[in-house]
Amino acid sequence: MSRKDDLLVKPKPDVMVEAVEVHKSFGRNEVLKGINFEVKTGEVACIIGPSGGGKSTFLRCINHLEKIDAGQLSVAGELIGYKLKGEKLHEMKDKEVAAQRRSIGMVFQRFNLFPHMTAAENVMAGPVVVQRRNKNEVRDRAQELLTKVGLGDRGNAYPMQLSGGQQQRVAIARALAMDPELMLFDEPTSALDPELVGDVLDVMRQLAQSGMTMVVVTHEIGFAREVGDTLGFIADGVVADFGPPKELLANPNSERLKAFLAKVL
Amino acid sequence: MSTDQTEGTHKKPTEPIQAVPVRHPGRWIGVGVIAIFAAMFVNSLLTNPNWGWPLIGEWIFSPPILKGVGVTLLLTFLAMLLGLALGVLIAIMRLSPNPVMSGSAWVFVWVFRGTPVYVQLFLWGSIIALYQRISLGIPFGPEMISFDTKTLIPAFVAALLGLGLNEAAYMSEIVRAGILSVDEGQEEAATALGMSRLQTLRHIVLPQAMRVIVPPTGNETISMLKTTSLVIAIPLTTELFFQAQVIGNRLFQPFPMAIMASIWYLALTSVLMVGQYYIERYYAKGAMRELPPTPIQKLKARLGRGGDDE
Ligand SMILES: Nc1ncnc2c1ncn2[C@@H]1O[C@H](COP(=O)(O)OP(=O)(O)OP(=O)(O)O)[C@@H](O)[C@H]1O
Ligand SMILES: [Mg+2]
Repeated sequence: MSRKDDLLVKPKPDVMVEAVEVHKSFGRNEVLKGINFEVKTGEVACIIGPSGGGKSTFLRCINHLEKIDAGQLSVAGELIGYKLKGEKLHEMKDKEVAAQRRSIGMVFQRFNLFPHMTAAENVMAGPVVVQRRNKNEVRDRAQELLTKVGLGDRGNAYPMQLSGGQQQRVAIARALAMDPELMLFDEPTSALDPELVGDVLDVMRQLAQSGMTMVVVTHEIGFAREVGDTLGFIADGVVADFGPPKELLANPNSERLKAFLAKVL
Repeated sequence: MSTDQTEGTHKKPTEPIQAVPVRHPGRWIGVGVIAIFAAMFVNSLLTNPNWGWPLIGEWIFSPPILKGVGVTLLLTFLAMLLGLALGVLIAIMRLSPNPVMSGSAWVFVWVFRGTPVYVQLFLWGSIIALYQRISLGIPFGPEMISFDTKTLIPAFVAALLGLGLNEAAYMSEIVRAGILSVDEGQEEAATALGMSRLQTLRHIVLPQAMRVIVPPTGNETISMLKTTSLVIAIPLTTELFFQAQVIGNRLFQPFPMAIMASIWYLALTSVLMVGQYYIERYYAKGAMRELPPTPIQKLKARLGRGGDDE
Protein backbone atom coordinates (compact mmCIF):
# COMPACT_ATOMS: atom_id res chain seq x y z
CA MET A 1 0.00 0.00 0.00
CA SER A 2 1.30 3.44 -0.76
CA ARG A 3 1.26 6.21 1.78
CA LYS A 4 -1.66 7.87 0.04
CA ASP A 5 -3.76 4.73 0.17
CA ASP A 6 -2.98 4.37 3.87
CA LEU A 7 -4.38 7.76 4.50
CA LEU A 8 -7.64 6.75 2.93
CA VAL A 9 -8.33 4.72 6.06
CA LYS A 10 -11.09 6.97 7.34
CA PRO A 11 -11.68 7.27 11.07
CA LYS A 12 -14.81 5.55 12.26
CA PRO A 13 -16.92 7.49 14.75
CA ASP A 14 -16.96 4.90 17.53
CA VAL A 15 -13.23 4.11 17.36
CA MET A 16 -10.89 5.71 19.90
CA VAL A 17 -7.54 4.26 18.86
CA GLU A 18 -6.80 3.07 15.38
CA ALA A 19 -3.39 1.78 14.36
CA VAL A 20 -2.81 0.72 10.78
CA GLU A 21 0.48 -0.89 9.82
CA VAL A 22 2.45 1.08 12.43
CA HIS A 23 6.22 0.76 12.07
CA LYS A 24 8.90 1.99 14.44
CA SER A 25 12.65 1.47 14.46
CA PHE A 26 15.36 2.50 16.89
CA GLY A 27 18.35 2.91 14.63
CA ARG A 28 18.49 -0.33 12.70
CA ASN A 29 16.45 -2.24 15.24
CA GLU A 30 12.91 -2.50 13.90
CA VAL A 31 10.75 -2.81 17.01
CA LEU A 32 7.25 -2.40 15.56
CA LYS A 33 6.78 -4.22 12.27
CA GLY A 34 3.30 -3.27 11.22
CA ILE A 35 0.95 -3.09 14.17
CA ASN A 36 -2.77 -3.19 13.42
CA PHE A 37 -4.93 -2.48 16.41
CA GLU A 38 -8.31 -0.99 17.13
CA VAL A 39 -9.89 0.14 20.39
CA LYS A 40 -13.53 1.20 20.35
CA THR A 41 -14.72 4.06 22.52
CA GLY A 42 -15.54 2.85 26.02
CA GLU A 43 -13.65 -0.41 25.60
CA VAL A 44 -10.83 -1.80 27.68
CA ALA A 45 -8.13 -3.27 25.48
CA CYS A 46 -5.48 -5.35 27.21
CA ILE A 47 -2.11 -6.14 25.70
CA ILE A 48 0.08 -9.03 26.75
CA GLY A 49 3.25 -10.40 25.27
CA PRO A 50 6.86 -11.39 25.86
CA SER A 51 9.45 -8.92 27.10
CA GLY A 52 10.99 -6.84 24.33
CA GLY A 53 8.08 -7.52 22.01
CA GLY A 54 7.29 -3.83 21.60
CA LYS A 55 4.32 -3.36 23.94
CA SER A 56 5.70 -0.28 25.69
CA THR A 57 6.92 1.17 22.42
CA PHE A 58 3.47 0.85 20.88
CA LEU A 59 1.84 2.47 23.92
CA ARG A 60 4.34 5.33 23.78
CA CYS A 61 3.58 5.83 20.10
CA ILE A 62 -0.10 6.33 20.93
CA ASN A 63 0.65 9.57 22.77
CA HIS A 64 3.61 10.44 20.58
CA LEU A 65 6.33 9.93 23.15
CA GLU A 66 7.82 8.05 20.21
CA LYS A 67 7.43 9.09 16.61
CA ILE A 68 6.22 6.42 14.20
CA ASP A 69 8.16 5.80 10.98
CA ALA A 70 5.38 4.45 8.81
CA GLY A 71 1.71 3.61 8.98
CA GLN A 72 -1.09 5.56 10.53
CA LEU A 73 -2.08 6.09 14.11
CA SER A 74 -5.10 8.08 15.19
CA VAL A 75 -6.86 8.81 18.46
CA ALA A 76 -10.48 9.95 18.41
CA GLY A 77 -10.27 10.40 14.67
CA GLU A 78 -7.21 12.66 14.81
CA LEU A 79 -3.84 11.62 13.43
CA ILE A 80 -1.23 11.61 16.19
CA GLY A 81 1.75 13.88 15.56
CA TYR A 82 0.89 14.65 11.95
CA LYS A 83 -1.53 16.82 10.07
CA LEU A 84 -2.96 16.08 6.67
CA LYS A 85 -2.75 19.15 4.43
CA GLY A 86 -3.97 18.39 0.95
CA GLU A 87 -2.36 15.05 0.28
CA LYS A 88 0.76 15.63 2.32
CA LEU A 89 1.54 14.84 5.93
CA HIS A 90 3.03 17.65 7.96
CA GLU A 91 4.76 17.16 11.28
CA MET A 92 2.94 18.88 14.10
CA LYS A 93 4.60 21.59 16.15
CA ASP A 94 5.54 20.71 19.72
CA LYS A 95 2.65 22.81 20.96
CA GLU A 96 0.10 20.93 18.87
CA VAL A 97 1.47 17.58 19.98
CA ALA A 98 1.29 18.72 23.60
CA ALA A 99 -2.33 19.72 23.05
CA GLN A 100 -3.12 16.25 21.70
CA ARG A 101 -1.48 14.58 24.68
CA ARG A 102 -3.78 16.40 27.07
CA SER A 103 -6.69 14.17 26.15
CA ILE A 104 -4.59 11.03 26.67
CA GLY A 105 -3.62 10.01 30.19
CA MET A 106 -0.67 7.75 30.83
CA VAL A 107 0.31 5.65 33.83
CA PHE A 108 3.83 4.26 34.05
CA GLN A 109 5.31 1.12 35.50
CA ARG A 110 7.53 3.11 37.84
CA PHE A 111 4.80 5.67 38.76
CA ASN A 112 7.01 8.69 37.95
CA LEU A 113 5.27 10.90 40.50
CA PHE A 114 6.89 14.29 40.97
CA PRO A 115 8.83 13.77 44.22
CA HIS A 116 9.03 17.46 45.14
CA MET A 117 5.25 17.81 45.20
CA THR A 118 2.69 16.38 47.61
CA ALA A 119 0.14 13.87 46.36
CA ALA A 120 -2.44 16.65 45.94
CA GLU A 121 0.07 18.89 44.14
CA ASN A 122 0.89 16.02 41.80
CA VAL A 123 -2.77 15.70 40.92
CA MET A 124 -3.07 19.46 40.42
CA ALA A 125 0.12 19.73 38.33
CA GLY A 126 -1.59 19.12 35.01
CA PRO A 127 -4.48 21.56 35.43
CA VAL A 128 -2.29 24.24 37.07
CA VAL A 129 0.72 24.13 34.75
CA VAL A 130 -0.81 23.01 31.48
CA GLN A 131 -4.28 24.52 31.64
CA ARG A 132 -3.05 27.47 33.75
CA ARG A 133 -5.92 27.14 36.14
CA ASN A 134 -6.01 28.62 39.60
CA LYS A 135 -4.72 26.35 42.38
CA ASN A 136 -7.67 27.00 44.68
CA GLU A 137 -10.02 26.27 41.86
CA VAL A 138 -8.61 22.79 41.19
CA ARG A 139 -7.93 21.82 44.80
CA ASP A 140 -11.44 20.43 45.38
CA ARG A 141 -11.27 18.41 42.21
CA ALA A 142 -7.88 16.99 43.22
CA GLN A 143 -9.32 16.00 46.59
CA GLU A 144 -12.25 14.36 44.85
CA LEU A 145 -9.93 12.35 42.60
CA LEU A 146 -7.74 11.29 45.50
CA THR A 147 -10.85 10.14 47.35
CA LYS A 148 -11.89 8.22 44.28
CA VAL A 149 -8.62 6.25 44.29
CA GLY A 150 -8.96 5.67 48.05
CA LEU A 151 -6.39 8.23 49.21
CA GLY A 152 -8.60 11.10 50.33
CA ASP A 153 -6.62 11.47 53.55
CA ARG A 154 -3.11 11.35 52.05
CA GLY A 155 -3.20 14.54 49.98
CA ASN A 156 -0.43 16.19 51.98
CA ALA A 157 1.96 13.24 51.82
CA TYR A 158 5.02 13.34 49.56
CA PRO A 159 5.47 10.38 47.20
CA MET A 160 8.39 9.11 49.32
CA GLN A 161 6.00 8.76 52.23
CA LEU A 162 3.58 6.55 50.28
CA SER A 163 3.71 2.86 49.45
CA GLY A 164 4.18 1.80 45.84
CA GLY A 165 0.51 0.93 45.49
CA GLN A 166 -0.53 4.30 46.90
CA GLN A 167 1.89 6.09 44.58
CA GLN A 168 0.46 4.32 41.57
CA ARG A 169 -3.06 5.31 42.57
CA VAL A 170 -1.94 8.94 42.91
CA ALA A 171 -0.44 8.61 39.43
CA ILE A 172 -3.81 7.43 38.12
CA ALA A 173 -5.53 10.39 39.80
CA ARG A 174 -2.92 12.73 38.31
CA ALA A 175 -3.68 11.45 34.81
CA LEU A 176 -7.43 11.68 35.40
CA ALA A 177 -7.13 15.33 36.47
CA MET A 178 -6.69 16.30 32.82
CA ASP A 179 -10.07 14.71 32.01
CA PRO A 180 -8.62 12.41 29.37
CA GLU A 181 -10.78 10.54 26.91
CA LEU A 182 -8.25 7.72 26.76
CA MET A 183 -6.05 6.17 29.44
CA LEU A 184 -2.86 4.23 28.71
CA PHE A 185 -1.39 1.91 31.35
CA ASP A 186 2.09 0.43 30.93
CA GLU A 187 2.39 -2.51 33.32
CA PRO A 188 0.94 -0.45 36.18
CA THR A 189 1.28 -3.21 38.76
CA SER A 190 4.52 -4.96 37.85
CA ALA A 191 6.68 -2.82 40.15
CA LEU A 192 4.40 -3.54 43.12
CA ASP A 193 4.56 -6.01 45.95
CA PRO A 194 1.89 -8.71 45.37
CA GLU A 195 -0.30 -7.56 48.25
CA LEU A 196 -0.50 -4.03 46.83
CA VAL A 197 -1.53 -5.06 43.32
CA GLY A 198 -5.18 -5.58 44.24
CA ASP A 199 -5.83 -1.96 45.28
CA VAL A 200 -4.50 -0.61 42.00
CA LEU A 201 -6.43 -3.12 39.93
CA ASP A 202 -9.59 -2.23 41.87
CA VAL A 203 -9.18 1.42 40.92
CA MET A 204 -8.64 0.45 37.28
CA ARG A 205 -11.68 -1.82 37.35
CA GLN A 206 -13.80 1.06 38.70
CA LEU A 207 -12.47 3.31 35.99
CA ALA A 208 -13.36 0.77 33.33
CA GLN A 209 -16.89 0.48 34.74
CA SER A 210 -17.27 4.25 34.56
CA GLY A 211 -16.89 3.94 30.78
CA MET A 212 -13.29 5.11 30.34
CA THR A 213 -11.53 3.89 27.21
CA MET A 214 -8.36 2.13 28.32
CA VAL A 215 -5.35 0.42 26.78
CA VAL A 216 -3.63 -1.70 29.42
CA VAL A 217 -0.32 -3.48 28.97
CA THR A 218 -0.27 -6.02 31.75
CA HIS A 219 0.98 -9.32 33.05
CA GLU A 220 -2.16 -9.74 35.13
CA ILE A 221 -3.92 -12.32 32.98
CA GLY A 222 -6.78 -12.50 35.49
CA PHE A 223 -7.44 -8.77 35.11
CA ALA A 224 -7.33 -9.05 31.30
CA ARG A 225 -9.79 -11.90 31.33
CA GLU A 226 -12.19 -10.24 33.71
CA VAL A 227 -12.08 -6.56 32.74
CA GLY A 228 -10.80 -6.57 29.16
CA ASP A 229 -13.15 -6.28 26.23
CA THR A 230 -10.40 -7.24 23.82
CA LEU A 231 -7.00 -8.81 24.22
CA GLY A 232 -4.01 -8.30 21.94
CA PHE A 233 -0.91 -10.44 22.01
CA ILE A 234 2.11 -8.45 20.81
CA ALA A 235 5.24 -10.40 19.99
CA ASP A 236 8.14 -9.53 17.73
CA GLY A 237 6.63 -6.20 16.79
CA VAL A 238 3.29 -7.44 15.48
CA VAL A 239 -0.10 -8.19 16.96
CA ALA A 240 0.27 -11.94 16.75
CA ASP A 241 -3.14 -12.74 18.16
CA PHE A 242 -6.28 -10.77 18.93
CA GLY A 243 -9.76 -11.42 20.23
CA PRO A 244 -12.13 -11.38 23.20
CA PRO A 245 -10.00 -12.30 26.21
CA LYS A 246 -12.03 -15.22 27.53
CA GLU A 247 -12.10 -17.02 24.19
CA LEU A 248 -8.52 -16.15 23.29
CA LEU A 249 -7.14 -17.34 26.61
CA ALA A 250 -9.16 -20.54 26.48
CA ASN A 251 -8.37 -21.29 22.83
CA PRO A 252 -5.35 -19.36 21.56
CA ASN A 253 -5.33 -19.14 17.77
CA SER A 254 -1.56 -18.99 17.42
CA GLU A 255 1.14 -21.36 18.58
CA ARG A 256 3.12 -18.42 19.94
CA LEU A 257 0.35 -17.34 22.30
CA LYS A 258 -0.11 -20.96 23.37
CA ALA A 259 3.58 -21.16 24.25
CA PHE A 260 3.49 -17.77 26.01
CA LEU A 261 0.46 -18.69 28.10
CA ALA A 262 1.97 -22.03 29.01
CA LYS A 263 4.88 -20.09 30.51
CA VAL A 264 2.97 -17.40 32.40
CA LEU A 265 -0.08 -19.26 33.63
CA MET B 1 19.03 7.24 79.75
CA SER B 2 19.00 8.00 83.41
CA THR B 3 22.34 8.43 85.13
CA ASP B 4 21.48 6.83 88.47
CA GLN B 5 22.03 3.34 86.99
CA THR B 6 25.51 1.94 87.11
CA GLU B 7 27.09 1.52 83.70
CA GLY B 8 27.55 -2.04 82.62
CA THR B 9 25.11 -3.66 85.03
CA HIS B 10 23.28 -6.24 83.02
CA LYS B 11 19.92 -7.22 84.41
CA LYS B 12 17.13 -8.68 82.32
CA PRO B 13 17.32 -9.20 78.53
CA THR B 14 14.23 -7.01 78.08
CA GLU B 15 15.88 -3.96 79.62
CA PRO B 16 17.77 -1.40 77.50
CA ILE B 17 21.44 -2.36 77.15
CA GLN B 18 23.75 -0.44 79.52
CA ALA B 19 27.12 -1.45 78.08
CA VAL B 20 30.50 0.07 78.93
CA PRO B 21 31.50 2.18 75.89
CA VAL B 22 34.78 1.43 74.09
CA ARG B 23 37.63 3.61 75.44
CA HIS B 24 39.71 5.63 72.98
CA PRO B 25 43.01 6.63 74.66
CA GLY B 26 44.51 7.80 71.32
CA ARG B 27 41.77 10.40 70.95
CA TRP B 28 42.50 11.84 74.37
CA ILE B 29 46.20 12.25 73.53
CA GLY B 30 45.17 14.05 70.29
CA VAL B 31 42.83 16.33 72.20
CA GLY B 32 45.62 17.15 74.65
CA VAL B 33 48.09 18.07 71.88
CA ILE B 34 45.52 20.27 70.12
CA ALA B 35 44.65 21.98 73.41
CA ILE B 36 48.31 22.85 74.06
CA PHE B 37 48.79 24.35 70.57
CA ALA B 38 45.51 26.27 70.83
CA ALA B 39 46.55 27.71 74.17
CA MET B 40 49.93 28.80 72.75
CA PHE B 41 48.24 30.43 69.77
CA VAL B 42 45.67 32.30 71.87
CA ASN B 43 48.44 33.44 74.20
CA SER B 44 50.38 34.86 71.25
CA LEU B 45 47.25 36.49 69.84
CA LEU B 46 46.68 38.31 73.11
CA THR B 47 50.23 39.20 74.11
CA ASN B 48 52.10 39.90 70.85
CA PRO B 49 51.51 43.58 69.97
CA ASN B 50 52.23 42.98 66.24
CA TRP B 51 48.67 41.68 65.78
CA GLY B 52 47.56 45.24 66.36
CA TRP B 53 44.22 44.45 67.97
CA PRO B 54 43.57 48.03 69.17
CA LEU B 55 44.14 49.26 65.59
CA ILE B 56 41.78 46.64 64.19
CA GLY B 57 39.18 47.62 66.76
CA GLU B 58 39.61 51.23 65.79
CA TRP B 59 39.15 50.69 62.04
CA ILE B 60 36.92 47.64 61.67
CA PHE B 61 33.71 49.71 61.65
CA SER B 62 35.17 52.81 59.99
CA PRO B 63 33.19 54.29 57.07
CA PRO B 64 35.58 53.26 54.23
CA ILE B 65 35.70 49.67 55.51
CA LEU B 66 31.93 49.47 55.98
CA LYS B 67 31.48 50.85 52.49
CA GLY B 68 34.00 48.25 51.23
CA VAL B 69 31.96 45.51 52.91
CA GLY B 70 28.86 46.88 51.20
CA VAL B 71 30.50 46.93 47.77
CA THR B 72 31.89 43.42 48.28
CA LEU B 73 28.47 42.09 49.30
CA LEU B 74 26.64 43.84 46.48
CA LEU B 75 29.19 42.63 43.94
CA THR B 76 28.97 39.06 45.28
CA PHE B 77 25.19 39.09 45.17
CA LEU B 78 24.82 40.61 41.71
CA ALA B 79 27.62 38.57 40.15
CA MET B 80 26.11 35.36 41.52
CA LEU B 81 22.70 36.39 40.24
CA LEU B 82 24.11 37.06 36.78
CA GLY B 83 26.16 33.85 36.93
CA LEU B 84 23.15 31.78 37.96
CA ALA B 85 20.75 33.23 35.37
CA LEU B 86 23.26 32.98 32.56
CA GLY B 87 24.47 29.61 33.83
CA VAL B 88 20.95 28.14 33.62
CA LEU B 89 20.56 29.53 30.10
CA ILE B 90 23.89 28.10 28.97
CA ALA B 91 23.17 24.74 30.60
CA ILE B 92 19.87 24.56 28.70
CA MET B 93 21.62 25.53 25.47
CA ARG B 94 24.28 22.90 26.14
CA LEU B 95 21.58 20.21 26.41
CA SER B 96 19.75 21.40 23.29
CA PRO B 97 19.61 18.99 20.35
CA ASN B 98 20.48 21.93 18.07
CA PRO B 99 24.26 21.77 17.41
CA VAL B 100 24.59 25.55 16.99
CA MET B 101 23.05 26.06 20.44
CA SER B 102 25.08 23.40 22.21
CA GLY B 103 28.22 24.36 20.29
CA SER B 104 28.13 28.03 21.23
CA ALA B 105 27.41 27.11 24.85
CA TRP B 106 30.43 24.85 24.80
CA VAL B 107 32.65 27.62 23.41
CA PHE B 108 31.45 30.03 26.09
CA VAL B 109 32.37 27.59 28.85
CA TRP B 110 35.66 26.79 27.15
CA VAL B 111 36.73 30.44 27.02
CA PHE B 112 35.51 31.67 30.38
CA ARG B 113 36.54 28.63 32.37
CA GLY B 114 39.83 28.27 30.55
CA THR B 115 41.29 31.70 31.40
CA PRO B 116 42.11 33.11 34.84
CA VAL B 117 39.44 35.34 36.29
CA TYR B 118 42.10 37.91 37.22
CA VAL B 119 43.08 38.18 33.55
CA GLN B 120 39.42 38.43 32.52
CA LEU B 121 38.88 41.27 34.99
CA PHE B 122 41.94 43.04 33.64
CA LEU B 123 40.57 42.66 30.10
CA TRP B 124 37.16 44.05 31.06
CA GLY B 125 38.96 47.01 32.59
CA SER B 126 40.96 47.48 29.41
CA ILE B 127 37.86 47.27 27.25
CA ILE B 128 36.59 50.35 29.05
CA ALA B 129 39.82 52.10 28.24
CA LEU B 130 39.83 50.76 24.67
CA TYR B 131 36.36 51.94 23.79
CA GLN B 132 36.44 55.29 25.48
CA ARG B 133 33.47 56.23 23.40
CA ILE B 134 30.68 54.15 21.96
CA SER B 135 29.00 55.85 19.08
CA LEU B 136 25.75 54.96 17.39
CA GLY B 137 25.35 55.93 13.79
CA ILE B 138 25.82 54.73 10.24
CA PRO B 139 29.01 52.65 9.99
CA PHE B 140 31.81 54.86 8.60
CA GLY B 141 29.21 57.61 8.29
CA PRO B 142 28.25 60.48 10.51
CA GLU B 143 28.06 59.82 14.21
CA MET B 144 24.63 60.35 15.66
CA ILE B 145 24.81 59.62 19.35
CA SER B 146 27.86 58.85 21.38
CA PHE B 147 28.45 57.79 24.95
CA ASP B 148 31.44 58.13 27.11
CA THR B 149 32.09 54.55 28.26
CA LYS B 150 33.68 55.88 31.42
CA THR B 151 30.17 56.77 32.51
CA LEU B 152 28.32 54.05 30.61
CA ILE B 153 30.40 51.15 31.93
CA PRO B 154 31.80 52.30 35.22
CA ALA B 155 34.30 50.07 36.95
CA PHE B 156 31.55 48.43 39.00
CA VAL B 157 29.73 47.19 35.90
CA ALA B 158 32.99 45.93 34.45
CA ALA B 159 33.61 44.02 37.68
CA LEU B 160 30.09 42.63 37.56
CA LEU B 161 30.53 41.47 33.98
CA GLY B 162 33.95 39.98 34.65
CA LEU B 163 32.88 38.06 37.74
CA GLY B 164 29.39 37.20 36.46
CA LEU B 165 30.42 35.80 33.09
CA ASN B 166 33.22 33.78 34.62
CA GLU B 167 30.78 32.45 37.20
CA ALA B 168 28.24 31.60 34.49
CA ALA B 169 30.71 29.18 32.94
CA TYR B 170 31.07 27.30 36.23
CA MET B 171 27.39 27.54 37.13
CA SER B 172 26.33 26.16 33.75
CA GLU B 173 28.29 22.99 34.44
CA ILE B 174 26.72 22.71 37.89
CA VAL B 175 23.22 23.27 36.51
CA ARG B 176 23.83 20.80 33.70
CA ALA B 177 24.90 18.12 36.16
CA GLY B 178 21.75 18.92 38.17
CA ILE B 179 19.45 18.59 35.17
CA LEU B 180 21.09 15.32 34.12
CA SER B 181 20.64 13.95 37.64
CA VAL B 182 16.84 14.07 37.34
CA ASP B 183 15.26 10.74 36.39
CA GLU B 184 14.16 10.57 32.75
CA GLY B 185 10.77 9.28 33.83
CA GLN B 186 10.04 12.71 35.28
CA GLU B 187 10.29 14.43 31.94
CA GLU B 188 8.28 11.65 30.39
CA ALA B 189 5.47 11.96 32.93
CA ALA B 190 5.37 15.74 32.52
CA THR B 191 5.34 15.44 28.74
CA ALA B 192 2.55 12.89 28.90
CA LEU B 193 0.49 15.39 30.93
CA GLY B 194 0.82 17.79 28.01
CA MET B 195 3.53 20.08 29.40
CA SER B 196 5.79 21.83 26.91
CA ARG B 197 9.56 21.48 27.07
CA LEU B 198 9.85 24.79 28.90
CA GLN B 199 7.06 24.01 31.38
CA THR B 200 8.63 20.63 32.10
CA LEU B 201 11.97 22.28 32.74
CA ARG B 202 10.59 25.03 34.94
CA HIS B 203 8.07 23.10 37.02
CA ILE B 204 9.44 19.57 37.09
CA VAL B 205 13.10 19.24 36.18
CA LEU B 206 14.73 22.36 37.65
CA PRO B 207 13.08 22.15 41.09
CA GLN B 208 14.42 18.60 41.40
CA ALA B 209 17.79 19.55 39.97
CA MET B 210 18.07 22.18 42.73
CA ARG B 211 18.97 19.49 45.24
CA VAL B 212 22.10 18.82 43.23
CA ILE B 213 22.63 22.47 42.26
CA VAL B 214 22.34 24.19 45.66
CA PRO B 215 25.29 22.74 47.62
CA PRO B 216 27.95 23.61 45.01
CA THR B 217 26.23 26.98 44.43
CA GLY B 218 26.74 27.72 48.12
CA ASN B 219 30.42 26.97 47.67
CA GLU B 220 30.50 29.15 44.58
CA THR B 221 28.94 32.05 46.50
CA ILE B 222 31.50 31.75 49.28
CA SER B 223 34.22 31.55 46.67
CA MET B 224 32.78 34.58 44.86
CA LEU B 225 32.82 36.63 48.05
CA LYS B 226 36.57 36.07 48.24
CA THR B 227 37.18 36.47 44.50
CA THR B 228 35.78 40.01 44.66
CA SER B 229 39.13 40.95 46.23
CA LEU B 230 40.62 40.58 42.71
CA VAL B 231 38.62 43.39 41.11
CA ILE B 232 41.57 45.71 41.66
CA ALA B 233 42.63 44.30 38.25
CA ILE B 234 39.96 46.51 36.63
CA PRO B 235 40.67 48.63 38.75
CA LEU B 236 37.71 48.89 41.09
CA THR B 237 39.00 50.38 44.32
CA THR B 238 35.98 50.61 46.62
CA GLU B 239 35.94 46.91 47.54
CA LEU B 240 36.83 45.69 51.05
CA PHE B 241 40.35 44.30 50.72
CA PHE B 242 41.71 47.21 48.69
CA GLN B 243 40.26 49.67 51.19
CA ALA B 244 41.91 47.74 54.02
CA GLN B 245 45.22 47.86 52.15
CA VAL B 246 44.92 51.59 51.54
CA ILE B 247 44.43 52.22 55.23
CA GLY B 248 47.16 49.72 56.13
CA ASN B 249 49.68 51.40 53.85
CA ARG B 250 48.79 54.84 55.10
CA LEU B 251 49.34 53.75 58.71
CA PHE B 252 52.39 51.61 57.83
CA GLN B 253 50.45 48.74 59.42
CA PRO B 254 49.40 46.47 56.50
CA PHE B 255 49.34 43.28 58.58
CA PRO B 256 46.63 44.21 61.13
CA MET B 257 44.49 45.64 58.35
CA ALA B 258 44.74 42.39 56.36
CA ILE B 259 43.73 40.52 59.51
CA MET B 260 40.81 42.92 59.86
CA ALA B 261 39.72 42.20 56.28
CA SER B 262 40.00 38.46 56.98
CA ILE B 263 37.76 38.85 60.02
CA TRP B 264 35.14 40.48 57.82
CA TYR B 265 35.42 37.79 55.14
CA LEU B 266 35.15 35.09 57.78
CA ALA B 267 32.09 36.73 59.33
CA LEU B 268 30.38 37.09 55.94
CA THR B 269 31.13 33.54 54.80
CA SER B 270 29.81 32.26 58.14
CA VAL B 271 26.51 34.00 57.51
CA LEU B 272 26.43 32.51 54.00
CA MET B 273 27.02 29.04 55.42
CA VAL B 274 24.00 29.35 57.68
CA GLY B 275 21.92 30.51 54.73
CA GLN B 276 23.17 27.59 52.65
CA TYR B 277 22.11 25.14 55.36
CA TYR B 278 18.52 26.35 55.31
CA ILE B 279 18.29 26.53 51.51
CA GLU B 280 19.59 22.97 51.18
CA ARG B 281 17.02 21.88 53.72
CA TYR B 282 14.27 23.54 51.75
CA TYR B 283 15.14 21.73 48.53
CA ALA B 284 15.46 18.38 50.29
CA LYS B 285 11.66 18.42 50.49
CA GLY B 286 10.26 15.18 49.14
CA ALA B 287 13.70 13.59 48.91
CA MET B 288 13.70 12.57 52.56
CA ARG B 289 10.79 11.01 54.40
CA GLU B 290 11.27 13.43 57.26
CA LEU B 291 13.56 16.43 57.46
CA PRO B 292 16.03 16.29 60.35
CA PRO B 293 15.49 19.07 62.93
CA THR B 294 17.53 22.25 62.55
CA PRO B 295 20.09 23.05 65.27
CA ILE B 296 17.68 25.67 66.64
CA GLN B 297 14.82 23.17 66.73
CA LYS B 298 17.08 20.69 68.52
CA LEU B 299 18.02 23.34 71.07
CA LYS B 300 14.41 24.31 71.63
CA ALA B 301 13.40 20.68 72.04
CA ARG B 302 16.11 20.19 74.65
CA LEU B 303 15.28 23.34 76.58
CA GLY B 304 11.56 22.67 76.32
CA ARG B 305 11.88 19.26 77.90
CA GLY B 306 14.31 20.43 80.54
CA GLY B 307 17.25 18.58 79.02
CA ASP B 308 15.44 15.23 79.27
CA ASP B 309 16.65 12.64 76.80
CA GLU B 310 13.96 10.80 74.90
N1 LIG C 1 14.51 4.44 23.34
C1 LIG C 1 14.93 3.27 22.81
N2 LIG C 1 16.09 3.23 22.12
C2 LIG C 1 16.52 2.07 21.58
N3 LIG C 1 15.88 0.90 21.68
C3 LIG C 1 14.73 0.87 22.36
C4 LIG C 1 14.20 2.05 22.97
N4 LIG C 1 13.04 1.73 23.58
C5 LIG C 1 12.86 0.41 23.37
N5 LIG C 1 13.86 -0.11 22.64
C6 LIG C 1 13.97 -1.51 22.20
O1 LIG C 1 12.75 -1.87 21.64
C7 LIG C 1 12.43 -3.22 21.94
C8 LIG C 1 11.03 -3.29 22.48
O2 LIG C 1 10.99 -2.64 23.73
P1 LIG C 1 9.65 -2.42 24.55
O3 LIG C 1 10.02 -1.67 25.77
O4 LIG C 1 8.63 -1.85 23.68
O5 LIG C 1 9.26 -3.91 24.93
P2 LIG C 1 8.11 -4.43 25.88
O6 LIG C 1 7.26 -5.33 25.08
O7 LIG C 1 7.44 -3.29 26.55
O8 LIG C 1 8.92 -5.28 26.93
P3 LIG C 1 8.73 -5.39 28.53
O9 LIG C 1 7.67 -6.41 28.78
O10 LIG C 1 10.08 -5.90 28.99
O11 LIG C 1 8.40 -4.04 29.06
C9 LIG C 1 13.50 -3.72 22.90
O12 LIG C 1 14.37 -4.53 22.17
C10 LIG C 1 14.19 -2.48 23.35
O13 LIG C 1 15.54 -2.73 23.54
MG1 LIG D 1 7.49 -2.46 28.57
